[in-house]
Order: sequence, then structure tokens, then C-alpha cells
Amino acid sequence: MADSKPKPKIRKDAVPMPKQNPKARAKNFNEVALGYTREQALEEANRCLQCAKPQCVSGCPVEIDIPAFIKLLKEQKCAEAIAEIKSKNVLPAICGRVCPQEDQCQQCCIVGKVGEPVNIGRLERYLADWEREQGFTIPEKAQPTGKKTAVVGAGPAGLTAAAELVKLGHEVTMLEALHLPGGVLIYGIPEFRLPKSIVRAEVNYIEKLGVKLRLGNMVGRTNTIPEVIKNGIDAVFIGSGAGLPQFMGLPGENFGGIYSANEFLIRVNLMKAYAFPEYDTPIRIGKHVVVIGGGNVAMDSARSALRLGAEEVCIVYRRSRKELPARKEEIENAEEEGIVCKFLAAPLRFISDEKGWVKAMECICMELGPPDESGRRRPIPIKGSEFIMDTDTVIIAIGRTPNPIIQRTTEGLEVTKWGTIIADENGKTSLESVYAGGDIVTGEATVISAMGAGKTAAKAIHEYLMKKK
Amino acid sequence: MKAKPGQFIILMIGEKGERIPLTISDFDARKGTVSCAFHEVGKTTKKLGLLNEGDYVETVTGPLGNPSEIKNYGKVLCVGGSVMIAPLLLQVKTMREAGNSVTTVLGARIKDVIMLEDEAKAMSEKVYVATDDGSKGYQGLDFLKDLLKKEKFDHCVAMGPVVMMKTVSEITKPYGIPTVVTLTPIMIDGMGMCGVCRVTVGGKMQFGCIDGPEFNGHKVDFDGLIQRQRIFLPEERLNSVLWEIGGCACGRQ
Ligand SMILES: Cc1cc2nc3c(=O)[nH]c(=O)nc-3n(C[C@H](O)[C@H](O)[C@H](O)COP(=O)(O)OP(=O)(O)OC[C@H]3O[C@@H](n4cnc5c(N)ncnc54)[C@H](O)[C@@H]3O)c2cc1C
Ligand SMILES: Cc1cc2nc3c(=O)[nH]c(=O)nc-3n(C[C@H](O)[C@H](O)[C@H](O)COP(=O)(O)OP(=O)(O)OC[C@H]3O[C@@H](n4cnc5c(N)ncnc54)[C@H](O)[C@@H]3O)c2cc1C
Ligand code: FES
Repeated sequence: MADSKPKPKIRKDAVPMPKQNPKARAKNFNEVALGYTREQALEEANRCLQCAKPQCVSGCPVEIDIPAFIKLLKEQKCAEAIAEIKSKNVLPAICGRVCPQEDQCQQCCIVGKVGEPVNIGRLERYLADWEREQGFTIPEKAQPTGKKTAVVGAGPAGLTAAAELVKLGHEVTMLEALHLPGGVLIYGIPEFRLPKSIVRAEVNYIEKLGVKLRLGNMVGRTNTIPEVIKNGIDAVFIGSGAGLPQFMGLPGENFGGIYSANEFLIRVNLMKAYAFPEYDTPIRIGKHVVVIGGGNVAMDSARSALRLGAEEVCIVYRRSRKELPARKEEIENAEEEGIVCKFLAAPLRFISDEKGWVKAMECICMELGPPDESGRRRPIPIKGSEFIMDTDTVIIAIGRTPNPIIQRTTEGLEVTKWGTIIADENGKTSLESVYAGGDIVTGEATVISAMGAGKTAAKAIHEYLMKKK
Repeated sequence: MKAKPGQFIILMIGEKGERIPLTISDFDARKGTVSCAFHEVGKTTKKLGLLNEGDYVETVTGPLGNPSEIKNYGKVLCVGGSVMIAPLLLQVKTMREAGNSVTTVLGARIKDVIMLEDEAKAMSEKVYVATDDGSKGYQGLDFLKDLLKKEKFDHCVAMGPVVMMKTVSEITKPYGIPTVVTLTPIMIDGMGMCGVCRVTVGGKMQFGCIDGPEFNGHKVDFDGLIQRQRIFLPEERLNSVLWEIGGCACGRQ
């Protein structure tokens, strides 16, 4: 038992996050994590050692001054604390919820060497939520530079680039193909992890900074990058993301009841099919749902399927638990809710009923061989281990590739053989005045790395514009 | 907007609506307008039919999809079915402007739904009419077989119900006439992000929205497409009926 000294030097355990109870939450789309109370936030903030040489900041792709904002929080100066965060990160309520802090700032936290690291993400979330409840304060606008910029795609990369550019006094128009802004934040990540009202509020803030938003504008079709430039735009940032779903090329993949994770999540999140027929877009969920893949997208799909009323949801992954790429917290959440994982198995083909609807899936068992290029152990099929699994809904979550239209319609824009746009460390592409960042450059990555890229490119665009006469 | 023949738009009638694709049947670049013709088959198209001049919809995205390849092929056969006759005539018009001689076939279930016959006549070398029940013109498309025996065509464009495009493709195949069909799989985003529009063409998976909507009719797996179009039939019927009986009156004003 711990003794009752009034102030132990380092409290080893983080303050746990209050959550909805697993049984109840598996039936609703409300947010799972409820957020710290003021007392909990202060208690957690007090675990920060205010290190003289902090390591956490180097783990943050947008270099938030973490000890500084925690210090302000400790002193209960919430307004100053959130202002400190927002000087580096314009989407804190989102990042506080979806960033893999365990691999970033918290991985470097010195408290983490003796116990659990300070839960920086939850503190960021606390402050962002506090500010949203108070009402945002809009920083003063910089002197207009008279330069015009366009930002393609309103995902985290584009939103960040737009906010940075407008803060520097440039005129910014965002061109977004979908009818709502947010990118993956709005169409991919489910409500129970990231409420859409929060995405709306943070996008609203960026609009209030002065960014103009043009929805339903698909660059490459409605207009092209060269046309945008010809029409008097001085610089363009492309943040069009990696949204093209991959399929496996297996027999029967076109049967009814087989969705790409993107289709499934777009129906549920963007089109709100969970509220059909109040909303017009339908979705059909069977009793036995199978999700193929093991990343965050697979977890999100599985947990959404459960909430839509599936009796059983099984994740089929070709490697073992150790290699699961999803965030640990999300795997735990999924398992608590009753989702089962079948490891070391991969599908071979799908079997349908007489109406062309999937009714079963043939799989094969795998064993792990030596590591492959990705550094993870390569799965090898075990001969003769085929088996049949009954299922009436299959969700394929095996990855996404870059959205291709802009690359196909912009002459001179260099791309890799994977279809990503080639950009240097400042986001500069092969074309004068065209910059790019986020998933469209790196392939599928994270919200914060996309934001970091948007920010770096905005700085480079600013320098370019101020030099150009 | 810079619409071209062969492209489509996606519209959403209200905040809670579905995103539905419609083929562009005419456009005016100066005014920035596009025209579409549609069939009232479900809730969205029925609601769309209730709108008056001056009303507006939530969003329109487009033009989407690849434009048609319009050039001088020589002699072109254009076959349109039901509501897709309207966008077909845009093809007829531009094909003619490109120097082609165009023969147009208008098809429908029954004679009452044959539309734009006069317009077609004004633009084409020759116009044939066919109905499923023979109530006007030829019965079915079998007459095309005789036509192809007599006349040589260099190119064929077919737009209409999937079964019709399938039949036309089967008829032109033995004559080796390149046949372009406009596929209408279910779509959501129309920008390659969901994959619901996947179709099999030449044994390969293609996305209707970004790889199409036009494909080589001799290589399309039409039966697979028909099956996929029916995926949400029960839900769509339910939604349409609920709306008609007033279960949800939100769009009635
Ligand atoms: C289901 C799911 C869950 C995830 N969970 C997490 C998580 O928990 N934590 C995390 O850090 N990351 C997560 N990710 C990854 C993260 O969301 C992405 O890395 C990030 O969104 C990339 O940002 P982006 O701005 O580059 O692109 P996107 O968010 O993809 O945004 C691109 C935007 O560009 C628009 N666009 C595309 N083409 C055009 C065009 N031609 N014209 C106009 N607009 C266009 C798109 O509509 C979209 O709005 C998840 C991804 C998915 C799919
Ligand atoms: C590229 C493309 C171009 C199109 N162009 C036109 C056009 O110019 N004019 C026009 O009237 N229609 C066109 N369609 C079809 C049109 O999109 C559908 O009729 C519409 O989505 C139906 O919506 P709804 O809500 O009214 O009916 P729903 O309730 O969604 O469906 C009602 C009925 O229509 C069927 N249906 C649904 N989606 C489609 C589809 N994509 N294709 C065929 N049948 C469908 C359903 O199976 C059901 O039987 C096009 C489709 C695509 C993909
Ligand atoms: S409509 Fe979604 S990918 Fe084509």
C-alpha cells in the first residue's frame, strides 16, 4: 500500500479517462470517452514535472510548447493555456481526441520512464472543450498582403495550411469536393470517437479567421490546378488525402453485403445512414459482420457495425495480435465492447446466396515467417488449413491509396509510382507555386502529421509569396 | 463550370438527402448552367420532380467523370433508352459537329415515353424508334441486327437502361463496331472514395465514377452491374413509400 505522504514526488498512475460503460455504449453513437472534469485535469496536470529540458515537445509534429500550456493550466489560466496550444495547433479538440499520443509526445515524457506518462492529449482535449464552451476568441487579423491562395481539400492538412495562411494576411479560398468540410474527420472517423459537432466547431473557427470555403468543388473536374492559377491565384496547396479504397481482387468481392471500409464509414458518418430513413442514405447490416484488416479503420468499422445492431462482429487479421497496427486504446475499447478478433487468417473467396448476397467466406490460416520490408513478420498461408466462415456483411479495411484525379489532370505535377505527389521537405512540388502535404504526399498517415505538413507548407508559401513581386 | 458531353453531376436535395448522380444533357457555359433529365424512380427523384422553377437544392457537385471522346469517327450509331435519350442527344449533337454522320435510335418501354423525337430528327441523318411492346416503331432492338447487315457503322454510343446497353453491345460485337456505354452503378461520392460504383470491365475492377462513366460495352460485365444496382432495393422502396404516405413530410413544402 502507498503511504500517506501528502505530496509524493511523482505520481506513477495517470488519472483514468471517464468512459461510457461498454455495454451501454455498444448500442449508441455517443462519444465513448467523456473527458476530464476540471479536478481531474488539474490532478493530471500536476503530474507534469515541468522539466528543464522537456522531451515531449520534440515528439509533437507541430511543436506545441507542452510544459508551457500545462503550467498555465496548473495555474488555472485556461484562456492563456489554450491560446498557447492554438498558436501551434488550430484543431486542438480534434487532436486531443484522435492523435496517437502514445507514439508521440507521451512516448518522450520523462514521467513515462518511471510510470505512466502525463496524459498530454487528455489535457489538450480538456482545454479545447473548455474554450468551445466559452465561445472562441478570434485573434486579430494580420495586415492583408494582397496575395491570393487556394487550398485544395478541407482535411486536416488543408485546414491547417488555410488557417496559417490567413493568419499571415493572405487571402485563402478552400476548394472541397464533398458537401461538408473535414476530410477523414467528417467522413471517416466515427461520431463515438470524434463528434461531428466538434469538427464543425473547429472548421467554423477557421472560417471565422477569414478563410473562404467552397464546397462541391472537385479540383480536376470542376476546375483544374492550372486554371485556378490562371484565374489569379498566386499559390496553391494540395491536401487531397488518400481516400481511394483498396480491394483484394478475390472472387466474389462484388457481391451484395461487401463494403469497402470507406463506403461503410461514408454511409454511416457523412451520410448518417444510422438514422435511415430520417436520412435518405441506406445501409444494411447483417447479423454476422466480418471486418478484414487490423488498423484503426478496421476498429472503427467494427465498432460502428456493432452499434448498428450486428449480433456478432469479428475482425479477421492475417498476422497476430502483436502486429495489430491499430492504436492500443482502440483495440481495448473494441474488445471491451465485445468485438472478437480472429488472428492469423486471411480470406480466399466469398460465397453468395441465390440473390447475389454474401453468405460465407472461405479463409486460410497463416503462420508468421521472417520479417518483410515493413519490418513486421510476413504471414505465410498454411497448406490445407482452409475453412469456411458464415457471414452476411463483410467490410474490407485493407488500406487506401491517394485520390488520383488531381494527379491525372495536372500536367507537370510529378508523382511516385504509388500515386503520391512528390514534394520536398517544405511541401514544394515540381510545379512553381504549387505545394502539397498530408496523406496525398506521404500515403496514409495521421491527422497530426497531415497538420504538420500543412503548417510547414504554409510557411514556405508565405516566404515564396513575400519574395515574389 | 466547364461541363462536357458524357459527364455527370451529383446533387443532394436537402441536408438529409442522398447524393444522386444525373447525366448532363445540356449546358450553357456562359450562363454557367447544366440541364439534366431524370426519371422519378425513388424518393430523391420524386422530390426533385416536385420542385418549381427558382427552387434550389442543397448541393450540386460536378461536372464529374471523364468526358466522352468526341471526334470524327465517320458513321456513328447512337442508341438511347428512356430518360437517357436526353443526354444521348447531346452526344448526337456534338458527334455531328465533329463531322460524323449520325443515325439515332430512340427506345422506350411504351410509346408514351418516347421523348424528344423531333429534336432527334433535326439532328440526325436518320431516326429509328423502338418500344418494348411494339406500340410504336419496331418491337425491341432486334431490327438493329438487320440494320447492321445492311449498313456499316464505325462507332456506336449507347445510353439507357443497363439491359438495353447490354443488348446493343451484344448486337454490335459480331460486327466489331466499337461501342461506348454509359454505366450507372450506385454512387455516393463520385470521386473514387467509396468503391460502391465498382464494375467489372475486361475482367478488371473499375470505378464507375472516376474511370468511367463510359466504358467499352464489349468488355462490361452487365449482369454483375445489374446485381449491384439492386443491392439497396428494399431500403429504397421502403423510404419512397414512407415518404409518399407522409411518414416523413420534411421535403413536402
Ligand atoms: C477511419 C479512419 C480512422 C482514422 N483514425 C485516425 C486516428 O485515430 N488518429 C489519426 O491521427 N489518424 C487517423 N486516421 C488517419 C487520418 O485521418 C489521415 O491521415 C488524415 O485525415 C489525413 O489528412 P489529409 O488532410 O491529408 O487528408 P484527408 O483527411 O483525406 O482530406 C482530404 C480532403 O480532400 C478532399 N479532396 C480530395 N480530392 C479532392 C479534389 N480533387 N478536389 C477537392 N477536394 C478534394 C477530400 O474530400 C477530403 O475532404 C484515420 C483514417 C481513417 C480513414
Ligand atoms: C453516372 C450516372 C448517371 C445517371 N444519369 C441519370 C440521368 O441522367 N437520369 C436519370 O433519371 N437517372 C440517372 N441515373 C440514375 C439515378 O442516379 C438514379 O435514378 C437515382 O439515384 C435514383 O434516386 P432516388 O432516390 O430517386 O431513387 P432510389 O430510391 O435511390 O432508387 C429507386 C430505384 O432506382 C434504382 N437505382 C438507384 N440508383 C440507381 C442507379 N445509379 N442507376 C440505376 N438505377 C438506380 C434503385 O435500384 C431503385 O429501383 C444515373 C446514375 C449514374 C450512376
Ligand atoms: S462513387 Fe464512390 S468511388 Fe465511385
